[in-house]
Amino acid sequence: MPNIEEIGHEIAKKLPKYDAEYIEIHLEESQSGNITYRGKKLESVNKSTATGGNVRALAKGGGWGFVSFNSLDDLPKRIDAAIKQSKFISGEKIKLAYIKPVTDTVLADRTHNPADISLTKKKEILDEYNETIWSTPGIQTSSVGYGDGQKKTIFLNSSGSFISQERIDVQLRLNAVASKNGEVQQVGVSLGSRGNFDAVRGQNDKAKEISRLAVEMLSAPQIKGGEYTVVLDPVLAGVFVHEAFGHLSESDFVYENEQMRQIMILGKVFGGKELNIVDGAAVPNLRGSYKYDDEGTPATKTYLIKEGKLTGRLHSRETAAKMGEAPSGNARAINYRFPPIVRMTNTYIEPRTSTSFQDIIGDIKEGVYVKNWYGGTTSMEMFTFSAGEAYMIRNGKIAETCRPVMLTGNVFSTLKNIDAIGNDLDFNQGGGCGKAGQSPLPVSNGSPHIRIQHCLIGGK
Amino acid sequence: MEEILAKAKKAAEEAEVFMVSSEDTSVHFETNRLKHVQSKQSVSVSLRVIKNGRIGYATATTLDNAQELVNMAVETAQFGQKAEFQFPGLTDYHQFRIFDASVAKVSPETMTGLGGEMIAKIIKHTPGLLCEGVVGWSTETVNLMNSRGGQVSYKSSDFSLGIEAQLVRDTDMLFVGESATSCRPILETKEITSVILRQLDWAKRQASVRTKSMPVVFTTQGVASALVSPLMAAFNGKTVLEGASPIGTRLGQLVFDKRFSLHDDPTVSYRPSTRPCDDEGVTSRRTPLIKRGVVSNFLYDLQTAGLAKTRSTGNGNRGRGSMPAPSPSAFIITPGTTTFDEMVSDIKEGLVVEQLMGATQGNVLGGDFSGNVLLGYKIENGKIVGRVKDTMVSGNIYKLLNEIAAIGSESKWEGSFLYTPPLYLNNVSVASK
Repeated sequence: MPNIEEIGHEIAKKLPKYDAEYIEIHLEESQSGNITYRGKKLESVNKSTATGGNVRALAKGGGWGFVSFNSLDDLPKRIDAAIKQSKFISGEKIKLAYIKPVTDTVLADRTHNPADISLTKKKEILDEYNETIWSTPGIQTSSVGYGDGQKKTIFLNSSGSFISQERIDVQLRLNAVASKNGEVQQVGVSLGSRGNFDAVRGQNDKAKEISRLAVEMLSAPQIKGGEYTVVLDPVLAGVFVHEAFGHLSESDFVYENEQMRQIMILGKVFGGKELNIVDGAAVPNLRGSYKYDDEGTPATKTYLIKEGKLTGRLHSRETAAKMGEAPSGNARAINYRFPPIVRMTNTYIEPRTSTSFQDIIGDIKEGVYVKNWYGGTTSMEMFTFSAGEAYMIRNGKIAETCRPVMLTGNVFSTLKNIDAIGNDLDFNQGGGCGKAGQSPLPVSNGSPHIRIQHCLIGGK
Repeated sequence: MEEILAKAKKAAEEAEVFMVSSEDTSVHFETNRLKHVQSKQSVSVSLRVIKNGRIGYATATTLDNAQELVNMAVETAQFGQKAEFQFPGLTDYHQFRIFDASVAKVSPETMTGLGGEMIAKIIKHTPGLLCEGVVGWSTETVNLMNSRGGQVSYKSSDFSLGIEAQLVRDTDMLFVGESATSCRPILETKEITSVILRQLDWAKRQASVRTKSMPVVFTTQGVASALVSPLMAAFNGKTVLEGASPIGTRLGQLVFDKRFSLHDDPTVSYRPSTRPCDDEGVTSRRTPLIKRGVVSNFLYDLQTAGLAKTRSTGNGNRGRGSMPAPSPSAFIITPGTTTFDEMVSDIKEGLVVEQLMGATQGNVLGGDFSGNVLLGYKIENGKIVGRVKDTMVSGNIYKLLNEIAAIGSESKWEGSFLYTPPLYLNNVSVASK
């Protein structure tokens, strides 16, 4: 294997002689492994290694040139190509917000490293989960997907930064499928962690729970489509905050769009006084946590909404400079094949101290309690998110189980319709975010239980 | 590759090396201007071994560390599934037309010109629109060899154009878009811009819709965004083998409307999904899936076919770095005889759906779809009267495709995976604020 750190130091010496305003180089090496089950049997085990890199360049008055590659031979030729591409675009005035050059090495926490666990042991743990799913009467099939990965990245730029960072990821997805008379229902759970294998241990109860639910849903009624008072559990509320507001706070949607800048003016009211929304890679030990982003900017913690008002947004160096704001350390690339773009990290609604789950559902005559997630997506203005489980709420109590539902909202009204925020913050670490062809990026999102009035549910 | 295969044959009974190398260049527009030029070089090498009857698998991004790749694959084979197939031996493949060397000769100037031309036309129609666009080409070389003497090498090319435009008025946002792809350069932009201009015309006014069941026309984009995912899951041999496909036990039975026919086709000239063989070296062929409403085949790769005691249909596909698995090449829905205009004029109160956001996030296996109408229009008394918003459309494809009101006569490619006409369906659930 080529030593990417040595290659990085070698090329760093040559950067000053190039004719460009700015050059950055990413070099990356990774190892990963996956184990999947479909049905009763283990389906596949595989291992991968990858080495690659990219050069991003900005010539004076040019646009962005970007070259990615697997072969690390002849990097000067790649740099020349990126500068040539940048010069091809003329008349741009791209400025980058100032970042103090950094030299740093960030090592991963290896105390519960999945790489230290043998394949035999991993298989033993997964076998147990899969057997648990199959022990439930009525299960038609199951799927289990486990993956872990170790990654080392070298970032260097023409301003003198040289950052070496490691990260380790672990992910587990369990899915139970029940079927009867040609009808199929499925329930799944996704878990993840920044490198702590313990996060995927001890999930037998979860496996049992999803299997029981999948079978139960076969005979559950479907909710009639329309507007409801809806209570979201922390997992689904996390997906909600990510889709409903998180994406809109990504400045690359705003910085060159005059109308959007007017809409997203700081101080604008988006929600009630109790609503605080945060994003930050500096929030420690979550899947979206890191020390430096992929432009070498130190991670921060940003209040996107404080007491209902827009107070901050997520930036790259380019969007920050254009909007005259401070870079927030949110420029991320999924891997060396892509340039960094503005992304979320750990996004959550802050809990209130005094509101319990019982307080939230207690005065609902008829409503819907939704838990767990399938997915979510947004167009900025309108968004959808889908629940993995749904229950009717009747006279302040959780009543019958229903089929899973899809919910939708409009960012300019739905956040204002949140009228209760609980005290039980929890994080969903099993998801990945997709944007501009870069998916799945490790992020986390979280929330306490929340209640939304007039939320639109799709259905019969 | 020969070195990896030779080393793997020493460590295991059977082996197969698969390598893809690609190069691409693209120009990217943001807020109506050229902003990025990108080029990518990429290599991926996969080794599949069968040792003691079990499958092992490993991938890398270089041919340089042959022994490491062999060691990784052999290690995973201790735990892998029992192999239920043999690698195909030397085969005489039909060479389809999928490579046009001229794609790589399209200069950045020409690509920039194409993007600029589309954007100019769109913002001339609706000033204030902000467009994002990508114009790019790629070339790919696929090499496969296995321990049974099977060997194939082919080149393919791809050229694509896409534009998405956004209009913001106060807090109202409109998104329109269209794209096209081919193995040959696409130097005419009129087909793309005419779709976008039509979308802009129909979305000019806003219309309201009530919560109830109504007829809905899915445009070709609408079929792609709402209806195809459940079909793709249901015809996957793996889903069928597990008993999780609602149609898995209904081979030979009438399940869909008698006018509805669907086949998988990796043999159409100059389409990016076309190839001489699949990623396991099994010859490409056209596979009927639904013949006049009757379920007629499922899609298989080698291992799944072995487990199901049938034959591979040449649908063993690999994502980057993953094991082959059954997946469609290109779904082709047989056109009908009704024009889009005839469908609209037939409806007293209904919708046209172009983009359904989040439609595939529900119980896709069960055939359900449900999503927010990102782009769709209201039909009143046979005419499109304006765009609908804050509206959800839901349904189950097994119910809706059982009684189709009409199948369109005008088919179109959506991405590289679907060739479809518009579909006119009855009694679709619509929920609105």
